[in-house]
Amino acid sequence: MYIIVVGAGKVGWNLARELLEKDHEVTLIESDRRRYLTVEQELEHNVSYGDASELWVLERAGVQRADMVIAVTGDDEDNMLICQVAREKYLVDQIIARVNNPRNRQHFDLLGIKPSVSATDLILRLLEHEVPEYGLIHLLDLQEEQLEIIEMLLGKDSGVTGRRVGDLHMPEGSLLISVLRSGKGFVPSADTVLEEGDEVLAVLDPGKEEELKVLFGPAGDGGVASG
Amino acid sequence: MFILIVGCGRVGSSVARAMLREGHTVSALDEDPESHARLEVGLEKSWEDLGGQFTVGAGLEAEALEAAGIDGADVFIASTDGDNTNIIIAQIAKRRYNVPTVIARVLDPLRAEWYARQGLQTVCPTRVAIDMLETAVRDSAARGDGPEGAAEAA
Repeated sequence: MYIIVVGAGKVGWNLARELLEKDHEVTLIESDRRRYLTVEQELEHNVSYGDASELWVLERAGVQRADMVIAVTGDDEDNMLICQVAREKYLVDQIIARVNNPRNRQHFDLLGIKPSVSATDLILRLLEHEVPEYGLIHLLDLQEEQLEIIEMLLGKDSGVTGRRVGDLHMPEGSLLISVLRSGKGFVPSADTVLEEGDEVLAVLDPGKEEELKVLFGPAGDGGVASG
Repeated sequence: MFILIVGCGRVGSSVARAMLREGHTVSALDEDPESHARLEVGLEKSWEDLGGQFTVGAGLEAEALEAAGIDGADVFIASTDGDNTNIIIAQIAKRRYNVPTVIARVLDPLRAEWYARQGLQTVCPTRVAIDMLETAVRDSAARGDGPEGAAEAA
């Protein structure tokens, strides 16, 4: 594949190196002269000097024949514009944009720039993972597919411990897909009895999070039919 | 009309003053609080006393745009010093806030032309300067200025 990477910061430089090691053809574009000269010592002809939001710079890098453009500069407007132009003007099949400020993600979505990757979001999720009082962790947003996957840790006060999966009133549009217990994962059956300390993964329609949180949270309604 | 101007440099502030003088409601948004002073250049009263609105914030921040009144804007002008910022926030004004008239200042002629073809109204000062300079040179040649013309005239 021919891949253009824009922005030779830590992310772009390492990305370009990895892609080259995987035998892709890569052009890394950097607009800061000093940074370019540093990176050029290692990547040589695979790095190009210029502002990739200038159309002629993209064209000089061969954007017309690129299979993928990845914009990872430190500037969200630049990343949005470069990806938009790559896709809509030069008909590049695949684009990937870096989101520096998570609050700008809405703009990437508005302009249809997908997928967009936010390191801050990833780190936040990692933090949530390390701080279990959140209880509920977003693992993945499958935006195109309109699905989310979340992970929940069952505390000792969870309303569902000691209950059969088949007896839970799972909200419509949600499904338990796996249970991680004592370091081993398995797919639960209706007869699986949930235990304290289980980490469960659920796939759900967006917006079902709150319902699940109530169900699996402290003294939640375990869902045993009252009748 | 309600006019929201994002980017209060020489261009933005001048347009803001002119539109206020013509009786429009004008709101200006800029990251730099100091740019408020530029709005008041040559004014006899303060910007606010004359009915103007000024908000400090970035054009990419939804909260700032909303505080500056984008929901009620009839005209949106993106005139920050960044071409990419102007192009992106103009599209946000158009697509998310449905502002009827959206104009972006874009210094790079190539980007200005391509986005104009995509339906974004762009103003390109560089293009204007290029055209004026070319015209000035052609006029000069047509008048027969310079050594060649002088020789012919003699």
